[in-house]
Amino acid sequence: MAATESYPDELKYHREHDWARVDGDEAVLGITWFAQDALGELVHYEAPDEGSTVTKGQPYGEVESVKAVSDVIAPLSGEVLEVNRKVVDEPETVNADPYGDGWLIRVRVSDAGELDDLLDAEAYKQVVAEQ
Amino acid sequence: MAQILQRTPLHDAHAALGARMVPFAGWEMPVQYEGVIPEHRAVRNDAGVFDVSHMGEFEVEGPRATELLQATLSNDLGKIGVGQAQYTLLPNDAGGIIDDLVVYKLDEFRFLLIVNAANRATDFRWVKEREVPGSDVRDVSAAYALLAVQGPHAMERLGLPPAPRFTFAMAEVDGVDCMVNRTGYTGEDGCELLVMAEDAATLWDRVLARGVVPCGLGARDTLRLEACFPLHGQDITPDTDAISAGLGWCCALDKEFPGAQELRETKARGPARKLVPFVMEEKAVPRTGMAIEGGGEVTSGTHSPMLDRGIGMGYVPAESAAPDGELTIDVRGRARRARIVKKPIYKREETS
Repeated sequence: MAATESYPDELKYHREHDWARVDGDEAVLGITWFAQDALGELVHYEAPDEGSTVTKGQPYGEVESVKAVSDVIAPLSGEVLEVNRKVVDEPETVNADPYGDGWLIRVRVSDAGELDDLLDAEAYKQVVAEQ
Repeated sequence: MAQILQRTPLHDAHAALGARMVPFAGWEMPVQYEGVIPEHRAVRNDAGVFDVSHMGEFEVEGPRATELLQATLSNDLGKIGVGQAQYTLLPNDAGGIIDDLVVYKLDEFRFLLIVNAANRATDFRWVKEREVPGSDVRDVSAAYALLAVQGPHAMERLGLPPAPRFTFAMAEVDGVDCMVNRTGYTGEDGCELLVMAEDAATLWDRVLARGVVPCGLGARDTLRLEACFPLHGQDITPDTDAISAGLGWCCALDKEFPGAQELRETKARGPARKLVPFVMEEKAVPRTGMAIEGGGEVTSGTHSPMLDRGIGMGYVPAESAAPDGELTIDVRGRARRARIVKKPIYKREETS
């Protein structure tokens, strides 16, 4: 079942439709409601390797629906601590719960300064409104 | 220059259902309503309806209509009688495929051709140029809308009697006159309802009221690919021939039509490459244009909602085209294994 549109206030956003939930020096990353809705039901998640590094603004994985494939852009740089295996096995989890069970990776943030470049929920909603 | 998209008579109905509209072959068409996967499953398990009014309709009439079509289309019209339909190709002089279409024999001197939207103008020119005295070719597309109602329960949902595949009859569906064609492109039972454009919205509402699920072009593509039906413009084109595409069965090589000699030669020599269906052995979704190791190319690829795996079709060298053969597909720089399968990729278990 698809989730209803929302952009939680406690998250930070990247304008390429990615979110980050920061907790100390770690962050959980995923794609926004808008991104999963634009793609449709996800059927494949090409995840990065655990232990690899992701770079802010660069793709770290791919998500695919029946009709389309999209890069997933890292909102922050860091080392991949964990990949969400549930999404690898059941990619539609992202559609059902993009900010919860549908998270994509957990990283150790390498540059806390990058946080300042991310958008808050209000600013990201503006980005969505302009699409 | 902005492209002006044509709209079918059901445009408002799609908007009312919240369909996601996309440009397709010069038309603004619904790609999905609820979602590709639930719509796909509705057609496999029950019944779905597609607006395919963008497709073109030609009437070919006259005492020499048969002669014109026999000399233009690949299949043998002599094999069907009045009330029957036939899948056939419109080949060019090199044996390439200008279009694939279904021809309906309305009476001894009158035929209906239903062609792909993207090729309508080209097809019409090609057939019109070959008109002979005693035959008349007319593009009547604007007069009609076409609703494909597909699925194991399609006929029952519509309250229509069973009838053999590739036949047609005039009938009424809840008071709307239609030509009920026992054809389709999903690999399921069902029909295509040809209706006057002005009656289309009424028919659409009545079909939905019977519990048939509205489906978009997204599901139409995944369904036809599971059934291994080629899509013109991808799997078959003016540069690919019927023999290589595995469509020799609808080419009557004992008659004359454009490219017939080339096809006979290709058949005798054996094609250099063949179109094969395949299923991914690893997690990946193949897409049109991806390279297949050893000199092949994916022409159609998607995720099969029924198999929950990547599936596709592509051309490979004839010597490596046998079922069960392994393929390696370049999925954006990653080598992913696939296996050639027999057609169709998916077929529902017959339960009755």
